Amino acid sequence: MLRYVAFRILSTIPVMGVVALFVFVLLRLAPGDPAAVIAGDYATAEDVIRIREQLGLSDPLFIQFMRWLGDLLQGDLGTSIFSNKPVTLLISQRLEPTLLLTLTTIIFSVAVAVPLGTIAAYRAGSFIDRLVMLFSVGGFSIPVFVLGYMLIFTFSMSFDLLPVQGYRSPFSEGVLPFLRHIILPTATLGVIFIALISRMTRASVMEVLEEDYIRTARAKGQSEMRILVGHALRNAAVPIVTVIGIGIALLIGGVVVTESVYNIPGLGRLVLDAVLARDYPIIQGLMLFFSFVYIFINLIIDLCYTFLDPRIRY
Amino acid sequence: MTGAEGNQGQPGIAGLLISHRGVFWGGLVLIAIILLAVFGPLITADPVAINPMNRLKPPGIEGLFGTDMLGRDVFSRVLNGARVSLTVGTAVALISVLVGLTLGLIAGYVRALDAVIMRVMDGLMSIPAILLAIAMISLAGATLTTVVVAIVIPEIPRVVRLVRSVVLTVREEPYVEAAIASGTRTLQIMVRHILPNTIAPLIVQATYICGSAMLLEAILGFLGAGIPPEIPSWGNIMSEGRTFFQLTPWIIFFPGLALALTVLAVNFVGDGLRDTLDPRIARTM
Repeated sequence: MLRYVAFRILSTIPVMGVVALFVFVLLRLAPGDPAAVIAGDYATAEDVIRIREQLGLSDPLFIQFMRWLGDLLQGDLGTSIFSNKPVTLLISQRLEPTLLLTLTTIIFSVAVAVPLGTIAAYRAGSFIDRLVMLFSVGGFSIPVFVLGYMLIFTFSMSFDLLPVQGYRSPFSEGVLPFLRHIILPTATLGVIFIALISRMTRASVMEVLEEDYIRTARAKGQSEMRILVGHALRNAAVPIVTVIGIGIALLIGGVVVTESVYNIPGLGRLVLDAVLARDYPIIQGLMLFFSFVYIFINLIIDLCYTFLDPRIRY
Repeated sequence: MTGAEGNQGQPGIAGLLISHRGVFWGGLVLIAIILLAVFGPLITADPVAINPMNRLKPPGIEGLFGTDMLGRDVFSRVLNGARVSLTVGTAVALISVLVGLTLGLIAGYVRALDAVIMRVMDGLMSIPAILLAIAMISLAGATLTTVVVAIVIPEIPRVVRLVRSVVLTVREEPYVEAAIASGTRTLQIMVRHILPNTIAPLIVQATYICGSAMLLEAILGFLGAGIPPEIPSWGNIMSEGRTFFQLTPWIIFFPGLALALTVLAVNFVGDGLRDTLDPRIARTM
């Protein structure tokens, strides 16, 4: 077991290395001289050369990569070109809305999708099943922002039930305003996630329901509820949790769009602002940050398999 | 795998496909959208003609979908946008399948390169597609080509994984072992035995990629990182519609509806293809 955990942790290193290399190369392909950008319009040629020397941009690429990697390992993601603040600071300032939106979305989606998928599997081929599958295909087909605007149009503009846009912090502005502002973004972001999870839940529960031990459980007179939750869902847990982990990538992409639609000052907005300002260190830092979060979550999920399913041993 | 064609009395693969409801309706909608995209712009108003006297008009007889903030005809812009979406969807599906197929065959067959290719794919897969695409476009500048490339790159790992898994399964089959034992050259084994087995799952995968590429293209356009505004695309029409959303929601709704309908049709066709061509995957999904 310990050997497997160690192996699994070590195996994330090459993947993270590839991500780092990719992000580094991508940034170096940028047109224009970063030194000239930092120096500004009024800088002389000497200024540009001095800044280039300061930044070490005239060193060989390999040396630059190693130095950048060294900084990265110490938790230094670089400095924003425009605000001159460390990227890690900018990320930590914008982390709260994104983190909370992601959390509410995951909780909401799992709470809706797992029962939905289980019922669909239990009544395979029925009207409910087809409705769930139709919703699932629809969820994959509708663009996040169109859904967002439709929800705003319905709930905020036509019925005036919820605020149109914005974000309230539950820590400084109260839990109720936070909840009122987070409902629509959560629903928007959740639809594609629900589509993904309910489809996977349906498929894996359907497979488990054909097992012999389900028939045995029925034969000894266990209630259908217990069979579904205690036997079917429990045995279907591994693929469901796996797809939740893979879906995190989908969720991160959706966060960027959702924050833009609802004007939420989170990491997604930070990306877009950085793209508009061509502030490459921020783009680079956020790509690394999100990728590492994704790799880390999937690592944790992988290590949880043995608790979810005692048959899996290492 | 698809040996039904020759048998008389049994419907061929084409017959099976048409009798599938998803393929039939999805295909019908898709054909209609393609026809509208090809011939529509020939008869509608100029999509970039500015008419300030006629701005932000609601949908009516003059303009079926109304006009935008510059007085341009939204219906005509949506029809023109269909060309962009369909082009991007098709191009991304074709390119990512071709590149992914090549890399997947190499990874599945050449042990020495397998680990390297797959680690690179793992790394690529952990970077969220939207971020990767936004970063690449902001670096290279937004044109139709850069948008297609930026969407292709995050799609490649999925194809590589799929092809590799097929290769790994097929190469254990007795008939492949027999071919190896009888001294068939590697290239011939690939072309004669391995490649045909990848076709069905790849067609299915290509359909899904086409759908998700159209969505991603629209998202990029919506975020202002997609096709430049000179060419109307569903994404940038909706992006421009944001400013006046509370006043004129139709500028976002019509292209959004067109996009959702197109992707839905593509996904229906994809599900149908999966059920028909690839029963092995169909059972588990």
